[in-house]
Amino acid sequence: MFDNLSDKLNSVFKKLKGHGKLSEKNIDEGLREVRMALLEADAHYRVVKQLIADIRARAIGQEVLESLTPAQQVIKIVNEELTALMGSEKEALNLSGAMPQAVMLVGLQGSGKTTTAGKLAVHLRKNGKKPYLVPLDVYRPAAIDQLKKLGEQLSVPVFDSSPEMDPVEIAQKARQKAPSEGCDTLVLDTAGRLHVDSELMNELSRIQKAIEPSDVLLIADAMTGQDAVNMAESFDQALDLGGIVLTKMDGDARGGAALSIKAVTGKPVKFIGVGEKTNALEEFHPDRMASRILGMGDMLSFIEKA
Amino acid sequence: GKTRKSLAGRLEQAFADKNVLDRQNMEEIEEALITADVGMDTTMKLIGRIEANAAQISGPEQLRTFLKQEMRKVFENVAQPAPVAETPHVVMVVGVNGVGKTTTIGKLAFQYRCQGAGVLIGAADTFRAAAVEQLTIWAQRADAAIVAHRENTDPAAVAFDTVEAGISRSIDRVIIDTAGRLHTKVNLMEQLKKIKRSIGKKLPGAPHEVLLVLDATTGQNALAQAKMFHEGIGVTGLILTKLDGTARGGIVVGICDAMKLPIHYIGVGEAMEDLQPFDHEAFIDALF
Ligand SMILES: Nc1nc2c(ncn2[C@@H]2O[C@H](COP(=O)(O)OP(=O)(O)OP(=O)(O)O)[C@@H](O)[C@H]2O)c(=O)[nH]1
Ligand SMILES: Nc1nc2c(ncn2[C@@H]2O[C@H](COP(=O)(O)OP(=O)(O)OP(=O)(O)O)[C@@H](O)[C@H]2O)c(=O)[nH]1
Ligand SMILES: [Mg+2]
Ligand SMILES: [Mg+2]
Repeated sequence: MFDNLSDKLNSVFKKLKGHGKLSEKNIDEGLREVRMALLEADAHYRVVKQLIADIRARAIGQEVLESLTPAQQVIKIVNEELTALMGSEKEALNLSGAMPQAVMLVGLQGSGKTTTAGKLAVHLRKNGKKPYLVPLDVYRPAAIDQLKKLGEQLSVPVFDSSPEMDPVEIAQKARQKAPSEGCDTLVLDTAGRLHVDSELMNELSRIQKAIEPSDVLLIADAMTGQDAVNMAESFDQALDLGGIVLTKMDGDARGGAALSIKAVTGKPVKFIGVGEKTNALEEFHPDRMASRILGMGDMLSFIEKA
Repeated sequence: GKTRKSLAGRLEQAFADKNVLDRQNMEEIEEALITADVGMDTTMKLIGRIEANAAQISGPEQLRTFLKQEMRKVFENVAQPAPVAETPHVVMVVGVNGVGKTTTIGKLAFQYRCQGAGVLIGAADTFRAAAVEQLTIWAQRADAAIVAHRENTDPAAVAFDTVEAGISRSIDRVIIDTAGRLHTKVNLMEQLKKIKRSIGKKLPGAPHEVLLVLDATTGQNALAQAKMFHEGIGVTGLILTKLDGTARGGIVVGICDAMKLPIHYIGVGEAMEDLQPFDHEAFIDALF
């Protein structure tokens, strides 16, 4: 399929010998392959349409560089556009404002919020912070236990919530209690919810209003398909997200959802989750993500040097 | 609460000013199928079928009928679920992380109980924090019995003990929960094989069913999941969860086409009652 996107492009551009200009016709043939690759990677249909139009506009009339084949030249442009869309600046957690600060984690069911809460506690501690894990999921069976166990494993204090409590109330009480626990940063683990569930989306807004977290992270599964745009747009509209964490990147998903989410929210991907263990959290690298989406890691590092 | 634009609406639009299939309305069809996660390969295949039969398609109604028929063929061509012949009937539930295995087991147990069957659940996810506690709550809700060991013990031993208890207590149905694992992790897939083997060691012929849970919000990766789990341990059927959102789970069209696996149930919420038998007519209608 498109492990061989470069092979396909090579065959498309075979006819174009020497170092002529990229013409409309040969570009369109090549871009058809690029488009397929992006759609197979789960990038959203509309996002791909716009991207291809942008790439086309940039590529037409370009001189082919001495050091590259025309296929490589097109891939170089595609890669640059993808990387630019994904955000070239590194963005850290936002931890501004009054103490204790709070980071709120939101997302669909099973996306990895609770696990990521544990991972963030480790990350915060490494950065000299004193995290306080706060379970706000009063719905899913044993969700509170799950976070408590993670806290225990990590020796990070966990607020003692119970399923009878209201999530807003839990968050407020945890904030009051944080200083006496020696904590300066709350990590709020909310229940998974569908973006179309207005009652539960409303609950998130209430938590946000009550606590005014300095960062709100959408925890999104890297395997998400076309629905990523609907989901991300709704969460961003409700909460004005501060950033994204892409989880389950340790699998073989191409992760085109990253493109979709970035395109509709404009918010930076701040971390990626690369495993189930609490140390499996990494910084996000837009260029690596671009190669992954295109399915051509090594090829790209060669082209980037050209 | 489905707010998205339907495929039917798009097809109407595609044929708005003309009653022929041209490039533009083929593109509309393509968009509709792709945005339902049907995937490039299956979409191209379907479009190829439309083009080959273009002579008999002259309006949105006919196109819809034709497309539905093509998809119906896919779901009618799958294997039939095996009958429940001996007891205990052992079902093993597998899938990648967070797709809804444990929740689905709670719902399944409840259904079996409603049919009057005795149910025993094995907590063979000994890895994830509080996985056992979560399953225990579901077992209580569904009025099923549970076998659980301590965290970080051997999941194959849990499965073995559960089947053994199922036999000695004359239980009708045994369901084994397993930890979520990505299909790319060789050691974890090996562990799954070991769990399966140990079930068969206690009861030859078991597990009678290996159900793979897929999340409807997943895109093309679900195809790789289905292939790898099937290759690894032999899946007998699928369950598609989280269809209560806006994702349409179109990827199963390609999976069923390629692998001829039946979809047994769909998950439509987080409550115990939110499990329905898969009805391909309704599923196809919802795609359109
Ligand atoms: N392989 C892998 N698994 C992950 C990653 N992040 C989370 N998981 C797993 O995904 C599953 C779901 O994770 P949770 O943290 O419980 O997800 P959640 O969003 O809190 O789920 P709900 O609270 O039910 O909405 C668990 O099996 C986790 O171990 C990751 O980066 N890689
Ligand atoms: N909306 C919706 N949520 C669901 C459905 N099925 C499961 N969930 C939710 O998805 C999340 C994950 O479900 P689990 O049953 O824990 O998933 P799992 O596959 O056992 O997860 P791991 O064991 O961590 O791999 C929970 O929040 C469930 O409530 C469904 O059909 N619809
Ligand atoms: Mg959780
Ligand atoms: Mg589970």
